[in-house]
Amino acid sequence: MAIPAPILMMENVTVDFDGFKALTNVNLEISPGALRILIGPNGAGKSTLCDTIIGRVRPTSGRITFKDQVITALPEQEIVRRGICRKFQTPGVLPTLTVIENLLIAGRKDRSWWKTFTHKAPKDELSIAEDLLEKIGLADRRDFMAADLAHGEKQWLEIGMVVATDADLLLLDEPTAGMGPTDTQRTAQLILSLLGKHAIVVIDHDMSFVEALNGYVTVLHQGQILKEGTVAEIRADPEVTAVYLGRSDDDDTAEA
Amino acid sequence: MKKFDPKLISGIIIIILGALAPWIISQYELSLLGRFLALSILAMGIMLTWGEAGILSLGQGVFFGLGGYALAMHLKLEGLNVANGDMPDFMVWSGVSALPKFWYPFQSGIFSIACVVLVPGLFAAGFSWLMFRRRVGGVYFALITQALALAFSTLLISQQSLTGGFNGLTDYSTLFGYDITTSEAARVIYWVTFVIVVIAFFFLKWLLGSRYGVMLRATRDGENRVRFLGHNPVPYKVVAFGIAGALAGIGGALFTLHSGVVSPALVGVVPSIEMVVWVAVGGRNILWGAIAGTLLVNFAKDQISSAFPSLWLYGLGALFILAVSFLPMGIAGLFRPGSGEERVMRRIISRRPLKTAE
Repeated sequence: MAIPAPILMMENVTVDFDGFKALTNVNLEISPGALRILIGPNGAGKSTLCDTIIGRVRPTSGRITFKDQVITALPEQEIVRRGICRKFQTPGVLPTLTVIENLLIAGRKDRSWWKTFTHKAPKDELSIAEDLLEKIGLADRRDFMAADLAHGEKQWLEIGMVVATDADLLLLDEPTAGMGPTDTQRTAQLILSLLGKHAIVVIDHDMSFVEALNGYVTVLHQGQILKEGTVAEIRADPEVTAVYLGRSDDDDTAEA
Repeated sequence: MKKFDPKLISGIIIIILGALAPWIISQYELSLLGRFLALSILAMGIMLTWGEAGILSLGQGVFFGLGGYALAMHLKLEGLNVANGDMPDFMVWSGVSALPKFWYPFQSGIFSIACVVLVPGLFAAGFSWLMFRRRVGGVYFALITQALALAFSTLLISQQSLTGGFNGLTDYSTLFGYDITTSEAARVIYWVTFVIVVIAFFFLKWLLGSRYGVMLRATRDGENRVRFLGHNPVPYKVVAFGIAGALAGIGGALFTLHSGVVSPALVGVVPSIEMVVWVAVGGRNILWGAIAGTLLVNFAKDQISSAFPSLWLYGLGALFILAVSFLPMGIAGLFRPGSGEERVMRRIISRRPLKTAE
């Protein structure tokens, strides 16, 4: 079989918060440039799974490998430097910085602190940031303070920042939270346009968004992987319907 | 440049007035102004760490003291024949038999001046590195720095024979062989202070406008976001805290020169908190606000505490509460275009839009 070697592998990852198992023996493989959608009811462990990959939460047992190297115990910024970047659930833009400053900070190639005592960003980084500004549709907001953006614009800005890091694996935690249907579709188009160059893991509740993305879906339930398959397969699965799809979408925002 | 930039004009006027101050105000007022300008160098450092980096330190008095003592030690040794067994007066009174080893290098003026900058700067950087790398921050950091201020002043008092104890170091007459007690000397010391204030101001302006400044504000706004973009936030904060420490040290040395004394009463917990109040009143996100706040609060202190000595502490407390509740951006915030405070002020002062900074 000509399946490319996975870029990310989680092997038997368990996260135990003082007796509460947020994740139990999770095994997950992400192929380079591919899309993976993570769904599941509140408290299923979706955000914890992302936290574990980027090192915000450390697994109690198990192993995470990225590009064939174990990253389970690396410092957070080192994991990012290896090529994983995450968008948080509540927009994590830097409020008192302008939009372009946000993108430039994310897009710094050389992250050494002693090289920041200049007033101009390197030309190539600036042009990448300006291009991204077009792509996320915020060109006319270039010099706005990020705090003054609308909610959806903040979401796009943070997606832009994550892309600016040029990471090979992007984790997008509820990128459409708080967006209307039009913006949601735009976000789906944006994400689809990034595939191939980046592998992307998307967490979302919104089934119309999941269908628009139409990628491979992993269903989490109570910290365990319940099912994996295409959107159609997942839709047809009675077990998944019982734990998740049968429920309404009114629980979009509660999970922290 | 068809339109005059009010910022530029007011800047030029202030610099001219500052340079000519010795001929404009009385000698007493000049000595106060010089002292308070020295303090404002420290205040700019607080603006950098508290306002721009979001690190509240309640122990800036320590770095102020380190700078002050470094220079005072040299001043005490000037004119003494150390090789002959001469010692500063207070050591003789304490019955010390020989000059302590660590005092020897302070015979050199150059060494002492280097220490004024480097000792507080490096100590602040090292201390904050230990804290920040363990991710100690916020209230915890503020409390630890406060404890540091307490420990430092207690140490100074307890080591009477090495530090002059409670009375501190005082009674010096020459620096680099020049008499520093004359009125010409007072003028020169004032100008030196003024020039250093101006240099520090433009240095910080440059620093805060650089990509480093952006990273620092980013760290303040979202340390985790910065970390999860692959940056290590620790060095940015350590550099800011180190620079603030060095500025506090320079301020302390100049203050010592102006006032002729450095003592534990200037470096402990209460003065360290006062320093934060100056910046809170002036505006912690605006550089000139830190200077303005320092001058304003200290001149007010001078007036109020000489008229009603017991009232000052209440006044200070009230000022702090007022500033925090009604002017979160300080006095300088009143002039920041577009800020809520500026809009309120416009409404109060006139119905027409005010012509403040562009």
